[in-house]
Amino acid sequence: MASRPRITKAYTLGFAAVVTMVCSVLLATAATLLKDRQDQNIQLDIKYNILNVLGLVENDDVEPEKLLALYDQKVKTYVVDTDGKMVQGVIAEDVDLKVNPDLLPIFTRQEGDNILAYCIPTQGKALWSTVKGYIALESDLNTVKGITFYSHGETPGLGGEIDKEWFTDAFKGKTILNDAGEIVSVEIIKGKIRANEKNPEHKVDGISGATLTGLGLNRFIKATLEKYEPYFKSVRGDAS
Amino acid sequence: MSLLSKKNMGFVKDPLMDNNPIATQVLGICSALAVTVQLQTAMVMSIAVIIVLAFSNVLISLVRNKVPSNIRIIVELAIIATLVILVDQVLKAYLYDISKQLSVFVGLIITNCIVLGRAEAFALQNKPWPSFLDGVGNGLGYSMILITVAFGRELLGSGSLFGIQVIPDAAYAAGYQNMGLMVLAPGAFILLGLIIWVQRTLTGTVGD
Repeated sequence: MASRPRITKAYTLGFAAVVTMVCSVLLATAATLLKDRQDQNIQLDIKYNILNVLGLVENDDVEPEKLLALYDQKVKTYVVDTDGKMVQGVIAEDVDLKVNPDLLPIFTRQEGDNILAYCIPTQGKALWSTVKGYIALESDLNTVKGITFYSHGETPGLGGEIDKEWFTDAFKGKTILNDAGEIVSVEIIKGKIRANEKNPEHKVDGISGATLTGLGLNRFIKATLEKYEPYFKSVRGDAS
Repeated sequence: MSLLSKKNMGFVKDPLMDNNPIATQVLGICSALAVTVQLQTAMVMSIAVIIVLAFSNVLISLVRNKVPSNIRIIVELAIIATLVILVDQVLKAYLYDISKQLSVFVGLIITNCIVLGRAEAFALQNKPWPSFLDGVGNGLGYSMILITVAFGRELLGSGSLFGIQVIPDAAYAAGYQNMGLMVLAPGAFILLGLIIWVQRTLTGTVGD
């Protein structure tokens, strides 16, 4: 350690400043250069999740080009407002739920003119983070076809399990309306559904150690469904 | 002194067996448990840790005579954190699926005791080249255990290796079942415990 510089306060401050500068320039450069590619990945992942929840793809081994082709071919999108009216001139994929909470994008799975399933985005606060996901409903707009959470920052191994299939599969076949036709949503309960549980058709098993994550999901899933209800009601009305 | 002299190679070989960061020093257990359900994630994590360790050691070694000792740890962490974020950004851009599976654990390399441990214990006293080798060696030592654990967990827990099924369907038909325990954290603890036992028997290390 022969050449150790004399340590003064100014030297320490200066050294810290230089380290900070160099690090931040490096990170900023990397972030800017890689941003396009990362955004592409995120967009692709979102489309994969929509296709997956609508039952069009099983796993993510599909090549990106095929995925996009399938999406363009089978998925129709539109936007409604909280009164259930169509909104023109807005692209569903571009709606930012944070900026425009009252624009409601809908992604439908089409087969000819028939709509086989509806997919809607949902997001909200869970325990640590904003969780983003999609819910798909069958054409009766009551039965859950699937649910997926593609972005969250919950504790890995506990709340983080919400993105695993064993958890999301439990939602399939559950219903969101009670006998009177009111929204009751699907509730994640604490523990397992017992044999004498009331209304098991609206409930799924919770994750032990992640009760608060579950409560957060319950809250925002219900809020999302209530927002879409005016529109869904009008669709159900037309059908019957 | 040549670049690959016996002494220098010792920096790489030593942490593989006699002074393995996981098995002997019991550092970096947290991520060893979290990312070893599948071989693929374990491999990517291993490569990320080797890169971060090697370069953080080099960079810290380069500035070792300039760092004021009272802000030494902060500077080390700033360097480590920068490298980790760089790795994370590259993963997000080029290996998005795997980066999603690794989730926070790439970020947690920052707090992986091996990285700061080697910076403090080695890079601050040594020249850049030996520090680089020490980083690679310790990274490999870490990787070896990680991949061994992942091999066992994926084989026994999911019946596959690198996502390809290796246990024949006939075995399942005959009543063979995947061991669910191996997919969960306790499976990693048990395998890790066995590995440490074997490793300590072979090297004759005695714990405190």
